[in-house]
Amino acid sequence: MGIKSKDLISLSDLSVEEIKEIFINAKAMKEIIRREIKKVPTLRGKAIINLFYENSTRTRSSFELAGKYMGADVINISASTSSVAKGESLWDTARTIERMGADVVIMRHPASGAHHILAKAIKARVINAGDGTHEHPTQALLDMFTMLEHLGTLSGKKIAIIGDVLHSRVARSNILGLNALGAEVWVCGPPTLLPAKVEKLGVKVTWDMKKALAGADVVMVLRIQLERQKKGLFPSTREYAKLYGLNQEKLKLAQENALVMHPGPMNRGIEITAEVAESSQSVIEEQVTNGVAIRMALLYAMGGGKFNVTA
Amino acid sequence: MLLLKNGLLVDPSQNICEKMDILIADNKVVELGKDIKTTSEMKVIDVSEKIVAPGFIDIHVHLREPGFEHKETILTGCRAAARGGFTGIACMPNTQPVADTEGVIELILARAKRYDLVDVYPIASITKGQEGKELTEFAILQECGAKALSEDGHSVRNSGVMRRALDYAKMLDLLIISHCEDEDLVGSGVMHEGLVSTQLGLAGIPREAEDIIIDRDIRLAELTKGRIHIAHVSTKSGVELIRAAKKRGVKVTAEVTPHHFSLTDTAVKGYCTNTKVNPPLRTEEDVYGLIKGLQDGTIDCIVTDHAPHAREEKDVEFDYAPFGISGLETAVPLAWQNLYLAGHLSMLDLIKALSTTPAKILGIDRGTIQAGKIADITVIDPELTQKVKREKFYSLGKNTPFQDWELTGWPILTIKAGKIVMEMGEVNG
Repeated sequence: MGIKSKDLISLSDLSVEEIKEIFINAKAMKEIIRREIKKVPTLRGKAIINLFYENSTRTRSSFELAGKYMGADVINISASTSSVAKGESLWDTARTIERMGADVVIMRHPASGAHHILAKAIKARVINAGDGTHEHPTQALLDMFTMLEHLGTLSGKKIAIIGDVLHSRVARSNILGLNALGAEVWVCGPPTLLPAKVEKLGVKVTWDMKKALAGADVVMVLRIQLERQKKGLFPSTREYAKLYGLNQEKLKLAQENALVMHPGPMNRGIEITAEVAESSQSVIEEQVTNGVAIRMALLYAMGGGKFNVTA
Repeated sequence: MLLLKNGLLVDPSQNICEKMDILIADNKVVELGKDIKTTSEMKVIDVSEKIVAPGFIDIHVHLREPGFEHKETILTGCRAAARGGFTGIACMPNTQPVADTEGVIELILARAKRYDLVDVYPIASITKGQEGKELTEFAILQECGAKALSEDGHSVRNSGVMRRALDYAKMLDLLIISHCEDEDLVGSGVMHEGLVSTQLGLAGIPREAEDIIIDRDIRLAELTKGRIHIAHVSTKSGVELIRAAKKRGVKVTAEVTPHHFSLTDTAVKGYCTNTKVNPPLRTEEDVYGLIKGLQDGTIDCIVTDHAPHAREEKDVEFDYAPFGISGLETAVPLAWQNLYLAGHLSMLDLIKALSTTPAKILGIDRGTIQAGKIADITVIDPELTQKVKREKFYSLGKNTPFQDWELTGWPILTIKAGKIVMEMGEVNG
């Protein structure tokens, strides 16, 4: 099997069948993570490059560990320490990496669509670890995988995505994936943080958090970047927390066992209260573990390794 | 002497659309006639089955020199114009230094004259350094050859300054060209705001960012009884504002570019930076509105907004690339195919929008083929179908979103003041 598309830039590069296969393999990968010796030789001899033009702890280390658990050689390049800081173009950086013999390049970049340049420049497969305000497909995969572990199916489930949808690559990838798997997606935030024509993405839109939460099976809280307030997109964090912060009381509007998710890092006390983040309904820490498992499954599918994951 | 034989003369200035021979001596047209006798002194060019039109005038071009010669030079820009079928181009003042003093205007004119390919009409900036504060010396600039004023690339942000500019230019009958853009509303926008920008995660530019300034500048023209020309209209709503203003008798004219009537924001999918242009590519509804505007005369002329950029400037992430399309060498076939062949404009109306009207707007004695007038002529082969190949561009700017598009109706002959400057795509000079 494997993945047909050379690159994973948008979640729409994957078919539903491919997504499901990644989920099946991710389950097996979780077993590996629980082992005492977490290393399998699947991707031995493969070179994976983490090319990060934006700061990231979670995603970068998740990919790095996933690659290492699978036996690949993984190196990290961060924009601040590389020739990028000297003004090298993305194209030239990509060509250099290609010539060093990378098999998979994982990139995070602040500009939407930057991966198209990378994908054109190199023969290695490209995985998008977040591009600007466009997409973050592996986050959506791990989110959906986490939901499925708890809910069994996504078909007909109400998923409420709360917060800064305008700037959220996590939301865009999740909307594509959740729609493909039959969920009913709601997005909710102040009008200043919702993108134009968002309803045409096949989601229900509301400014009223109560409506978004009513009967929801999953509440996905997005990170609010505090500098958005300075740009005048909302008046204060105090008001934001009042209108769109998830607390115990609001959570009661959702299904009794509704899952609470957050892609991290959290602003406790703003978009989510500490109580909710640490409640029994919160799967935020599971998301982290599943992130490694999903990325292992993805690297397995895209890294060209030959291995029976259950062996 | 040069004789163009058997061509279909399309001259909107005289409302002629019939088979006619044209005799040229030195730099002027000598005679139009049904069947001019050939003599041994004549060089005869058989243009049967071809369209013979008054030379095209593009009143919105960026030549980049002085200052940005890595993007384009006056020479390469003039060559691109000749290849594109243009005998006259007006160049925008956003050079380095800005064309706000006689020195820059005279430099442009002197170099263009030395290359002697097409007419170059410099446009001076409205304010010193394009800073939006103090007016430039309109009268002095006009005297040394500036044909219009514009702050292109920006609007004059301060409405008071814009009002005074319109007021002052009025006494000189000097045209003010307005690039309409509310920069606060544009913010970090890089494409049209809509479903596509949402899907691509790119910051959007709403129509209103353009419409608000179109409306403001029309009202200021109305207030001052001055003359205003609205640059590169891209929205249907903008066309409607201009239409209403014309009905009220405001002295307003407007232009549209081939990319705005040939492409929509869906072209941005794939993040090709050659689709990044300001104002941005809009929607099908807007394209329809622009074509309507051309049909009823709300939009007066077609311009390229030729905005060449170096490859390394465009081969970057979408957010980081400069705005602009290299347009001189694709404009005529795009207009021919998407306006004439598509059935939106008659041949006369199309040529009018490419030649007669822009000449009139700029106040130059061009856009006509008559005995005694300068012989500026463009010949189009209406049957010629070929692919756009940026490798063949004379322009240094290869930034076209039309690469490999198969287009019909290419200019095959450009005659400037009686001299053949382009023949079958090859520029002489």
